[in-house]
Amino acid sequence: MTAQPAPGFGAVAEIASAVRSGELSARSVLEQALRRVAELEGDLHCFNTVTVENAMADADAVDDMVRSGIDPGRLAGVPVALKDNLCTEGIPTTCSSRILAGWLPPYDATAVSRLRRAGAVPVGKTNLDEFAMGSSTENSAFGPTRNPWDTTRVPGGSSGGSAAAVAAGMVPLAFGTDTGGSIRQPASLCGIVGVKPTYGVISRYGLIAFASSLDQIGPFATTVADAALALEVIAGHDPMDSTSLDLPAPTLLASLSDGVSELRVGIVEDFLPDVSPECRASVVAAGEALAAAGAKVEDVAIPEVLLGLPAYYLIAPAEASSNLSRYDGVRYGLRVDGPDSETMNSRTRGEGFGAEVKRRIMIGTYALSAGYYDAYYGQAQKARTLVIRAFEAAYRTFDVLLTPTTPSVAFPFGSKVDDPIEMYLCDLCSIPSNLAGHPAVSVPFALSPDGLPVGVQVLAPALGEALMMRVAASLEAAAPPGVRGPVTP
Amino acid sequence: MSESERLISPEAVRHVARLARLALDDDEVALYAVQLSAILEHFDAVRRLDTENVPPTAHPLPIENVLRADTEVPSLDRATVLAQAPSAEGDRFRVPRIMGEAP
Repeated sequence: MTAQPAPGFGAVAEIASAVRSGELSARSVLEQALRRVAELEGDLHCFNTVTVENAMADADAVDDMVRSGIDPGRLAGVPVALKDNLCTEGIPTTCSSRILAGWLPPYDATAVSRLRRAGAVPVGKTNLDEFAMGSSTENSAFGPTRNPWDTTRVPGGSSGGSAAAVAAGMVPLAFGTDTGGSIRQPASLCGIVGVKPTYGVISRYGLIAFASSLDQIGPFATTVADAALALEVIAGHDPMDSTSLDLPAPTLLASLSDGVSELRVGIVEDFLPDVSPECRASVVAAGEALAAAGAKVEDVAIPEVLLGLPAYYLIAPAEASSNLSRYDGVRYGLRVDGPDSETMNSRTRGEGFGAEVKRRIMIGTYALSAGYYDAYYGQAQKARTLVIRAFEAAYRTFDVLLTPTTPSVAFPFGSKVDDPIEMYLCDLCSIPSNLAGHPAVSVPFALSPDGLPVGVQVLAPALGEALMMRVAASLEAAAPPGVRGPVTP
Repeated sequence: MSESERLISPEAVRHVARLARLALDDDEVALYAVQLSAILEHFDAVRRLDTENVPPTAHPLPIENVLRADTEVPSLDRATVLAQAPSAEGDRFRVPRIMGEAP
């Protein structure tokens, strides 16, 4: 185990600036990324597909633009990794599921096209828990991703491949999706920064849907500034997504170093009894660091946040059972034939989906079925209202809230995968923000006694990204050395 | 038989699997009967919650129906789309029969 600090790429803004000025070629940056991928991919399995040829062509196109005096954009030459549930035209997009094996999307997701338009160079599609359902990547049909800090442990999930790729220094920037914590939890377990933006800030056109009232796309990076830059580039209204907010992209970098003086920070007490000692201690230490930087830090009880987990595990599966009904063996992906269409549909889905996806479809279908709808799904939607109201009340007193990101550090493979409830508990602290549609960020803040990274989570009200990222930047500045990637396994 | 095993029977699992169009084998039915019961029991706090006068939330933000301008725009090329289908014939997706044999 004993991961060693790795040199990495340096600040994303500096890479882009050097490429834009012609001082550094996009090709050479890409080659650094591909060398690192070649060196470590066998150990870590971050990627489902590495798109070497496309990446070379994209990097050369960026260099050609620079030579012709055209500015390729704010992410010029920055290698990025994309979670394999983001559609990429002509490049396999599998959701780590057998049911989509061989499928080639006919278009790019808006997030992907905006990255490419800003000069970023996608290097491949990263592994995930099948259809983003899980907290360890063990639910991938193509095998798990390993945590670069300790390869006997999970990287978290569901965006585990993206998190591990950044944490191992393969790419400086990666993208994931967060429905109940799938960006923040792996960011915490891998010692990097992960952001779930406000619902509607980033277009989901071309994101393969899991739970549509909860899903959001967001960035992974080694620093708060890199994540903020990535958000500025991909956010903003998109007419192709009817849930996209009709607002310009937020301005985050300009206020990132404004500090936390006089900000009111609430430490949410209610999660603390249910998290491990190191996760609890790091939240307390983070509160002390913010107080030392001039914030007014107090404990706050918001007991309704504990309704989040049970409400989520009825709402998300209900939405998933509906969204995943499209995988029927008719239009794309796997077909397992049968004598009639219904048998063909059922066999295709029975063979194409893995155990966790089937489990969630079953929970969701049950919660929506006649006789149970009001008792389960209807009640969960009302619990969701209670969570939102409790946050509204808390934000009358506090500017931001501080919580653990996860109940524990990275856990060993196999330790939770056969016990669905144990796995679901990983999302305890991250789910309430999804239910409320609020932004949240995980920042590396400590190491456990075993040398594993521990993140803390900053929550803000809807569209509070600028304030949230400022607080995250203060925490980053106060964190002890050695708590964040990149590392070499 | 424990409390959780009674909550969802194997027959109920088969019924839900049929609704969800999931072909499950007997081992899966037995496993899901136990697991779904345990999951619903674990999350029972929600069912027992007092929610009188609490409205449901279906979506986190107030959003309205969004319509684009009523103008023709190109859509995906039919041949490209059909090329991804497991089975196609002419301009259509091909599927096994959907009705029983005529009497």
